[in-house]
Amino acid sequence: MTSFALRAQTLKLQRAARYAALGFAAVAVAFMVVWVLFIGRGTTFGSAVHDPKDFLITLLNGITAAALYFVVASGFTLIFGLMRVVNMAHGAFFLLGGYIALTLQRRWVGQGGGFGLTSEQVNLTNWILPALIGAALVGFVGVAMQQTLLRWNQGQELRQALITIAISIIAADQMLAHFGGVAEDVAWPHKLDQFDNLHVSGIIYTRTRLFILALALVIGALLWVWLKRTRIGMVIRAGVDDRQMVSGLGINIQLTFAIAFFVGSALAGFGGVIGGSFASLAPGVDGNWLLNSLVVVIIGGMGSLGGAAVGSLLLGLTTNFASAYLPSNYTYYSIIFTFVLLAIVLAVRPLGLFGRPA
Amino acid sequence: MSGRVTPDRVVGVGALGVAVLAPLLFSPYWVSTLLTETLFLGIVGASLVFLSAYGGMVSLAQVALYGITGFVLGNVVTNGNTKGLNLGWNPWLGVVLGIAIATAVALLLGALSSRSTGIYFLMITLTYGVIANLFFGQVTDFSGFGGISGIDAPAGIGPVTEHPNRLYYVALGVSIAVYALLRYIVRTPFGLALQGVRDDPVRMSSLGYNVMLHRTLAFGLAGFIASLGGVLFVWWNGHIDPASIDLGAMIDVLIIAVIGGLTRVEGAWLGALLYVLMLNYLPSITFLGSIGITQDRFHTLIGVVFLVIILVSPNGLIGLWERTLKLLGSSRSARPAVDAPSGGADV
Repeated sequence: MTSFALRAQTLKLQRAARYAALGFAAVAVAFMVVWVLFIGRGTTFGSAVHDPKDFLITLLNGITAAALYFVVASGFTLIFGLMRVVNMAHGAFFLLGGYIALTLQRRWVGQGGGFGLTSEQVNLTNWILPALIGAALVGFVGVAMQQTLLRWNQGQELRQALITIAISIIAADQMLAHFGGVAEDVAWPHKLDQFDNLHVSGIIYTRTRLFILALALVIGALLWVWLKRTRIGMVIRAGVDDRQMVSGLGINIQLTFAIAFFVGSALAGFGGVIGGSFASLAPGVDGNWLLNSLVVVIIGGMGSLGGAAVGSLLLGLTTNFASAYLPSNYTYYSIIFTFVLLAIVLAVRPLGLFGRPA
Repeated sequence: MSGRVTPDRVVGVGALGVAVLAPLLFSPYWVSTLLTETLFLGIVGASLVFLSAYGGMVSLAQVALYGITGFVLGNVVTNGNTKGLNLGWNPWLGVVLGIAIATAVALLLGALSSRSTGIYFLMITLTYGVIANLFFGQVTDFSGFGGISGIDAPAGIGPVTEHPNRLYYVALGVSIAVYALLRYIVRTPFGLALQGVRDDPVRMSSLGYNVMLHRTLAFGLAGFIASLGGVLFVWWNGHIDPASIDLGAMIDVLIIAVIGGLTRVEGAWLGALLYVLMLNYLPSITFLGSIGITQDRFHTLIGVVFLVIILVSPNGLIGLWERTLKLLGSSRSARPAVDAPSGGADV
């Protein structure tokens, strides 16, 4: 057989495999939707038709979880999109932001009781100011890392990824030394730590989750305006497409890189403050958030802001629906569905839903 | 391949001689703990280096595959754990099942990620690894956080506490076999095509080679090798839990591969030896203790060592060795183009 005929056959096989994957993915997704909506046998709540209230709550949980995924992953994808740097220290930056805010808040308000501060002791500024300072400091840490270690290795993608892995090991170990191994959390302000009646099916929902959603929408909108409507955003987008051409035009691309690294790292730090208030800060949390960011950008497509939004939404809905709508004896298998989501996207669109070839 | 005497070969044969005679040369603690650990970590590291050097794929999922073997083996052979399947079957059946399942999983994961290389591959395999870690942590049917205890090596090899040298020699034999297998594979038509795929996938594809199939098979082979390391690990340790395959463990194996050098398979065992020695001896150096680096801060230290190696010698210690030879003007040490992966994982 000539190599040409072989090639044609290979192509045909690949196309067949692709259609098979697509078909399988479509059937799997359809089954999951039908299961949640109409069957739901053996699950805690039963199907959506049977119990619309808990279905809506799960939906809201998924969307609000996605909001936090987006805040963190948008920073990751911004850095990658512009510099092709996979910042494996993103999870460590998340944790660092949370710990800085926690320390500041306790310095300011007091140590609180045995379980730390309660929300009654904390007002709005006691949360916002530490959060902003934490995010900004993490932004500076990110820029410092970029300038001292990554800048002179530009273009060596794997080496840069390994450098950030080394930083993440050191950072995680130092945080363990300074902040201990006990899980701690940043206190929400009293005004946010409330419940709201949504007047839909009588759902009473936590205000903090709605606040996270609002924050994510604001951050997403600001990022969009920044990237699409400002001069520096224009330079960043041009840099994503053709770095050399941008510097050839006399634009200081290194300054742009530093700014993007600041914003990207600060978003991880800010996400860490939110995550540390919403859940808790402990060793190991950094790895989980690195995983979340990676899954979001692999699904959504590296370097795409819209992709990060869609990827976050898919991941948030998948994790929440999987743990709520698996038969109650099997809820601990929910982690499988994160993998299934990843596998389906990789099988159908290897570069992610909105990914473009480099 | 003539029988020329090169510095590489002298060192290689010398190392092999020392390894064979190790039980006579070193204390039982060295052999049963440090050197056995070196050998199985080296095997896992070698699976990573093989993928990186000959396939251009840096995988962080090798620890997950070695863990899958360990958990399958643990579930199949033990009886009386509070969690897990407690099947209590024949130990050799456990070995076969563990290796077979891990290899099958590796083929599946390889097929899924076969359209990616480089940092994309690194990211995708990292997610596989973390998901495997969380899976075994959450699913109490197979493990749960406590893990599986009391996994004994089969009669003839174990009990490990009574016959530490036996497990050492098994690990040494497996290491040599793995090394020979990899050296052989990269010279077969498959291995040559794999290197072609690494260097120029588009050209290989237009020549009629199935790029994705080559990557998938390479990942499956690396998974098989990692699973051999997994069997040795659980026999040595007697216990496996999700912490054995967490993010830290994944990065440890990456560190081993990078210390040795991502371009040559033998570097993995060198990296593993250094890693194990650092793990055991660095904290006891009093100077380090006086500047606050104690056993608890071992990871800061290993992180710094890792960082320095990436910054100073991207090809690890093997890279330093090759550079030294070149400086000495020993052009004979230049190896045939076949296994000098130039376009491999560019670190």
